Amino acid sequence: MVEQTVTLKNRNGLHARPAALLVQTASKQSCKIWIRKGDKEVDAKSILGVMSLAVGAGETITLKADGAGEEAALRALVELIESGLGEA
Amino acid sequence: MATRVLQDLGVSPGLAVGTAVWLRRASAEIPVRTLAEAEVAGEQARFRQAVAEAEAEIGALRKRVAKDVGEAEAQVFDAHLAFLGDPAYTGEIERKIVADRVNAEAACRDVTEATRAMLASLPDEYLAARADDICDVGSRLLRLLQGVAGVDFANLPEQAVVVADELVPSDLSGLPKQVVGFVVARGSKTAHTAILARTMRLPAVYGLGDAMEAIADGQLLVVDGDTGFVMVDPSTNEVEKARQARQVQAEAQARAEARAHESAVTRDGRRIEVFANVGKPEDADAAVAAGADGVGLFRTEFLYFDNDHWPTEEEQYEAYRRVLEAFGEKPVIIRTLDIGGDKQLPYAQLPVEENPFLGLRGIRYCLAEPDVFRTQLRALLRASVHGTLWVMFPMVENVSEFRAAKEWVARCKKELEDEGVAVREDIPLGIMVETPAAALTADVLAREVDFFSIGTNDLTQYTLAADRGNTDVASLYDPLHPAVLRLIRMTCVAAEQVGIPVGMCGEMAGDAELTELLVGLGLQELSMSSAFVPLVKERVRGVDTRMARAKADAAAAAESPEAVRAKLAAVDGAGTAGEPL
Repeated sequence: MVEQTVTLKNRNGLHARPAALLVQTASKQSCKIWIRKGDKEVDAKSILGVMSLAVGAGETITLKADGAGEEAALRALVELIESGLGEA
Repeated sequence: MATRVLQDLGVSPGLAVGTAVWLRRASAEIPVRTLAEAEVAGEQARFRQAVAEAEAEIGALRKRVAKDVGEAEAQVFDAHLAFLGDPAYTGEIERKIVADRVNAEAACRDVTEATRAMLASLPDEYLAARADDICDVGSRLLRLLQGVAGVDFANLPEQAVVVADELVPSDLSGLPKQVVGFVVARGSKTAHTAILARTMRLPAVYGLGDAMEAIADGQLLVVDGDTGFVMVDPSTNEVEKARQARQVQAEAQARAEARAHESAVTRDGRRIEVFANVGKPEDADAAVAAGADGVGLFRTEFLYFDNDHWPTEEEQYEAYRRVLEAFGEKPVIIRTLDIGGDKQLPYAQLPVEENPFLGLRGIRYCLAEPDVFRTQLRALLRASVHGTLWVMFPMVENVSEFRAAKEWVARCKKELEDEGVAVREDIPLGIMVETPAAALTADVLAREVDFFSIGTNDLTQYTLAADRGNTDVASLYDPLHPAVLRLIRMTCVAAEQVGIPVGMCGEMAGDAELTELLVGLGLQELSMSSAFVPLVKERVRGVDTRMARAKADAAAAAESPEAVRAKLAAVDGAGTAGEPL
């Protein structure tokens, strides 16, 4: 199991469109992936789960991957978030 | 089949001709039943089928919006598709079908509602607004589960009129460009979708109710959003006539708007002031833009109703100042508080009366509550230096009421002057003529007041003793009743004899079909919703005062409102813009 913490850059937070992109990318991975903010952890493959975290601009989240290809999966997601989730 | 004509409320102007496309929804009644163990697998499969159909619908919709509107707008549907594949949504619905052994509709409704509540509670406003998206997805699933086919938005006819029992805002997001209008069974002018339709400049008629049953998918419709007419299955000839009538109207409106800022002078050189009625300070700019020569009625009630305390002198002063400044040299007639027992204020105990329209209202209330009156008068007088203020008192029916009100104005003015506050010297004080008593004694009142403004809505209801809100007698309420016309003429004659201005600020004043009659009755000023100003001005320009007088005399001498209408129609010639559809 691997995990990494990232800061969300998107000006409007993790709203519908960037969240959809994040979930799409997570869903392509065969391992399990979670996102944690504070003490709440959700399935990264669930758009509703991701939305319910209500991640605002500049907030920090932790990604956790477990299973086959976990390293590559984590890297792909971190890069996606750092590149602004298609909004930068 | 013969053409059928339906009529109700035009909520968004313009004329649309297109093919009816019914927008059907899931029934509001969601069946709930417990499944036998053997049924569970089948129910799950049925739900998955609905999800697959929903995916196909949304996919097609996404493609069309991407093509017609843009990729950015189309991405909204990615979130919808993501919901459909979400373990926390459709996964949860399936889990519920299995675990609770309930039918798919019930599980879908419950999970959608829980998810909606979760989203709506999110602190981020943008995310909270996604609650609408989940509702949209949920109702799509429910509709498919009930086997109701949706509108095939990907394959609409070239010109489509959307027909629905009800519209919700999400129906209008990313609407295909083939949609040219709406016909809706329920809803009003203030419905969100009606406002959206106006913004999108798509004609819409609302409120047809059960009459909508006459409309079938694929029928040709003509929708007139101005008059509220819907023609079902018209002939080519009728469509052409409707188009021509619309064209004539549009041209007349354009001609009128081009000259809206010129004054309105009759053919024989008589100037008629065309003013706007203003309900809130924000409306003032629109009134100026529409070409209004002034404000004939600034209602001050909004200050009292949209508030949780008696409006302070300062609050009122700012509101009055805003409108006076917008109009500068042009007169602004501000009416003092017109309130009575038919309405209640959240912060004040108004008398509960058995007969509020014959009770303590208008000037009667203000004279009985001097603190309320004094605050308003002080605010008005302070604002007077910012423009051309005229002050008008409502419901005055005898000279002593006016004298008492005038006395209060003098007292407040003295107070302010003692405080060193500037007040304009020349503020005209006038009255609303809205009771038969005031109209019948207009000659007496005219010697004391500086101007008259006839309030035809109340004058009509008091003269005919009919409440237009009461459906049993609403047909009796008719401002074209000769009794009302005579009272109007009497008021105008009294004003003319002593040389004071006389205007009208009821709904009647904005009806361009009546402009000639009103000029003929002797009105010098007409005040109406801003939207009607250009057209009424244009009508004034076609009026010949002598002919108008003759027409007005004939109308006042007629035996009934119907006879008045017949006379108006019979002599009608010049200045008529287009026939109604």
